[in-house]
Amino acid sequence: MALISKKDAKLITDPLADNNPITIQVLGICSALAITAELKASIVMGIAVIFVLAIGNVVISLMRNIIPSKIRIIVQLIVVASLVIVVDQVLKAFAFELSKTLSVFIGLIITNCIIMGRFEAFALGNGPWRSFLDGIGNALGYTVILIIVGFFRELLGSGTLFGFPVLGDPIEKTGVYAFGYENNGFMLMPPMALIIVGLIIWVQRSRNKALIED
Amino acid sequence: MSLKSNLHNLKEKYKGTKMAPAFNALHTFLYLPNETTHNGTHIKAADDLKRTMNIVILALVPCLIFGMFNAGYQHYYALGEIETAKGFLGASFWTLDNLIIGAWTVLPLVAVSYGVGLGVEFLFAVIKGHEVEEGYLVTGMLVPLIVPVDIPLWMLATAVIFGVVIGKEVFGGTGMNILNPALTIRAFLFFAYPTWMSGDKVWVHGAVERAGTPDAISGETILGSYAQNSSIAYDYWDMFWGIIPGSVGETSKFLIIIGALILIFTKIGSWRIIVSTLVGALVMGLIFNGVVDAGWITNTSKFYGLMSVPFWQHLIIGSILFGAVYMATDPVTASQTNKGKWIYGFLIGFLSIMIRVFNPAYPEGVFLAILLMNVFAPTIDHYVIQGNVKRRMKRLKVKTA
Repeated sequence: MALISKKDAKLITDPLADNNPITIQVLGICSALAITAELKASIVMGIAVIFVLAIGNVVISLMRNIIPSKIRIIVQLIVVASLVIVVDQVLKAFAFELSKTLSVFIGLIITNCIIMGRFEAFALGNGPWRSFLDGIGNALGYTVILIIVGFFRELLGSGTLFGFPVLGDPIEKTGVYAFGYENNGFMLMPPMALIIVGLIIWVQRSRNKALIED
Repeated sequence: MSLKSNLHNLKEKYKGTKMAPAFNALHTFLYLPNETTHNGTHIKAADDLKRTMNIVILALVPCLIFGMFNAGYQHYYALGEIETAKGFLGASFWTLDNLIIGAWTVLPLVAVSYGVGLGVEFLFAVIKGHEVEEGYLVTGMLVPLIVPVDIPLWMLATAVIFGVVIGKEVFGGTGMNILNPALTIRAFLFFAYPTWMSGDKVWVHGAVERAGTPDAISGETILGSYAQNSSIAYDYWDMFWGIIPGSVGETSKFLIIIGALILIFTKIGSWRIIVSTLVGALVMGLIFNGVVDAGWITNTSKFYGLMSVPFWQHLIIGSILFGAVYMATDPVTASQTNKGKWIYGFLIGFLSIMIRVFNPAYPEGVFLAILLMNVFAPTIDHYVIQGNVKRRMKRLKVKTA
């Protein structure tokens, strides 16, 4: 028997495209707008969310039969908050510069709608293994969008990728800058991230008409 | 066989093919097609969309021509090669040299704006299979008039693509857009390439290339000078006639007023919006003058320069008049109800001057104010209509009671 059955594999592959948390469910937009000006920050944020959502889903799934349904939101919040603090402390210890860039947005993972959404919609009704896969899948779907947005914003906004100048030096006028190209300052602003997410949604839905609502 | 019937036959032949919308657009641009509508009653009127657009373009042409002369004049004047033009008919203004330089810098802007913008429109029409809409005719003329002369053409092209796609096509094309596409284009340029859209170098042709060399020249706009609390080198008549540095077409208040009269006379531009915008600007100007007179701020404040500008002068500096006449009156994005138009216009004027004075990062607030009010226009209309409905319901009750 394969490690992951076909049905379980769909838990991971579905959120990557046709049931993407950002472009289809439109959850977790806030952080996607805020931290995607750099590719590196996008990836670290993605990893943090993968960690929190995967572990959190497992924990909630294990506790699903003993959580009184009246106070389940509070229990969920406590689980997320503990995990987020772990991530925050690890980042502060090993990647201090990066944790300063991400600043408050790591803490705000607690309020990321994807996480509470998956707890409510999936982990409360499924076993730990399936919940784990679901968590990985949804967080990966989130990360993919973050990486796409981060790629375009960093490339067009700063002319770099992972901080490495791929388009030449804007001050020394080398590379494409020699031809009069200039960085697009609008790309570094959050509104542009919203527009890029919108464009991704547009492309995705015109390729797969079944995703269009109403 | 005349050209007209030849074109008509061609159209019949290729009906329903992919490129048909593109062909139809060119066809109807030249001729009224031989088609009649088939059902319903109709009102015949001369002012279809194309006529409306053409009249706005007509009203913009004086500004464009003046803009060309002014671009050349500012260039030579900054170089110190010609005398100050005294008044509108100044001898050193309407010269062939000025026109040549101006046409050389301004016409490419017009060409890029129309070429790229119509290209995007054609592309969308062909993909979506609908007819090409005339909406871009006016936008394409407005865009070169509201940018600095030396803006690199590729930036303009990028901005036009962005403005037409994000500002208009995603909402469903002409008539469905929430934001004015020309201002969306300007906003994109402003936020994407701020160094090319503000400062003291971009308003005069040739100033950017010469920056840092011994031949350096500069042309600070009047708003820029006020924002830095420095003295102004132009008198009020220069500002009124438009012999000042600025975006290509917005400097001459005199020609804008002529354009406004054309628009009002042909009932294409709403006089309510124009008047209320100017009133809004004057009110905000008066409030700031009042603040200065009351001694609440002194000349150490960074807002002092712009706040102490006499209120009526706000109308002849910057682009408030151009915005009020050609931008705010855009029938698609403005309020539709008469009462709504008053509110909409007033807030545009009011906010323009507020942004102009309070935010040194945005030397001109007109385009931001208009975009903001574009977003609120449907809301204003909604409440005006609801108010109307309520009043009439009350009247009905009184009558039937």
